[in-house]
Amino acid sequence: MASLKELRNRIASVKATQKITKAMQMVAAAKLRRAQMAAEAARPYAERMDAILANIAGKVAGHAGAPALLGGTGKDDVHMLLVCTSERGLCGAFNSSIARLARDRANALLAQGKTVKIICVGRKGYDILRRQFAKNIVEVIDLRTVRTLGYVNAEEIAQKIVARYEAGEFDICTLFYSRFKSVIAQIPTAQQIIPPQLPEAKAEAAGTNTPVYEYEPEEDEILAELLPRNLATQVFRALLENAASEQGARMSAMDSATRNAGDMIKKQTITYNRTRQAIITKELIEIISGAEAL
Amino acid sequence: MAMFKFELVSPAKLLFSGEVDEVIVPGAEGEFTVLPMHTPVVSTLRPGILTVKAGGNVTRLYVRGGFAEVNEKGLTILAEDATAVEDVNMTEFAASVSAYEAKLAAAPSDEARFKMAETLFQLKAVQAQLGGGTHAAH
Repeated sequence: MASLKELRNRIASVKATQKITKAMQMVAAAKLRRAQMAAEAARPYAERMDAILANIAGKVAGHAGAPALLGGTGKDDVHMLLVCTSERGLCGAFNSSIARLARDRANALLAQGKTVKIICVGRKGYDILRRQFAKNIVEVIDLRTVRTLGYVNAEEIAQKIVARYEAGEFDICTLFYSRFKSVIAQIPTAQQIIPPQLPEAKAEAAGTNTPVYEYEPEEDEILAELLPRNLATQVFRALLENAASEQGARMSAMDSATRNAGDMIKKQTITYNRTRQAIITKELIEIISGAEAL
Repeated sequence: MAMFKFELVSPAKLLFSGEVDEVIVPGAEGEFTVLPMHTPVVSTLRPGILTVKAGGNVTRLYVRGGFAEVNEKGLTILAEDATAVEDVNMTEFAASVSAYEAKLAAAPSDEARFKMAETLFQLKAVQAQLGGGTHAAH
């Protein structure tokens, strides 16, 4: 049996850990609120961007001169996986569930004989994926130095992707991130961004009841500007959703860690008291038997 | 006087939403004014100054680029970045212009250089306008 001092030390250390996890939970809760607000604030832009894009794309889609970013290269040999994860750990299964989704997809593609390239946004995803796909990872984008996530960051990532696409490095690009559903539910999601999957039904509906637009400059020129920006918007949205998901995951992970620490303290306190009582009893017996022997 | 709905959104947030009388938009192929019942149009924006008139108030905003869409519901502008003219930091702006100049010098192809030169010209025009604007205000 452990000595009283040892038990006391152990309880003290669990208490210190509990304090830390409790603090992390509260910090995550505060950050979550901010991240959620940012994600909501970005929604109108993405929605309107989608609407305009669907509108124009519906018109240009049939034409031969449609930009490659919209129509694709016509092949699906080389797949680019853009895996967005967080920079920090201690957030439950957040990073590993995104990485697992990406890994499953990569394995499925490799089994079909396709080439897979991976860009990791965020260090944690890279740490997980490099064990298996070290030679497939072409770039790691580090956002650790970024304090508040801005559109500029997403734009930079989008520009890198477009540059690679135009250099013919891949045919299809899929974005992996975690959709924020609620504090306790984050859904790892795969979304194809090149060529974009347009909401077909919406495009048709828009085609029937919206008036004929005038374009200034021409449709294809607008499209050429719109598509990279749409890509940036998608990446931006994924990053924001990810930020909210990360904080949500961290909050619930830290909540259960705090609870576990509480349980452990309770159990150890009981052991501590039992040991203490056992020692007292033992001492009493010694005294009494000593007295009786006289 | 008839009014129409105007929304200004940036990737980060909804900047403005409300009824206005008139909006002057810096379109890629020239400025145009949107009034109620304007014909549906989609246009790209160049860096320039967006003027919004609502009631007797006139607001001027600097936009860095984006899209404008006019439909029967009103005008929507997707701006990359929009700042009230009074809040534009001229030193920062000048720095971004010279940074762009440096980038132009390193442009990879003639086509890119031509495009960048055009943007640079527009940026400089805005700079002059802004400079004039602040000067007149004092």
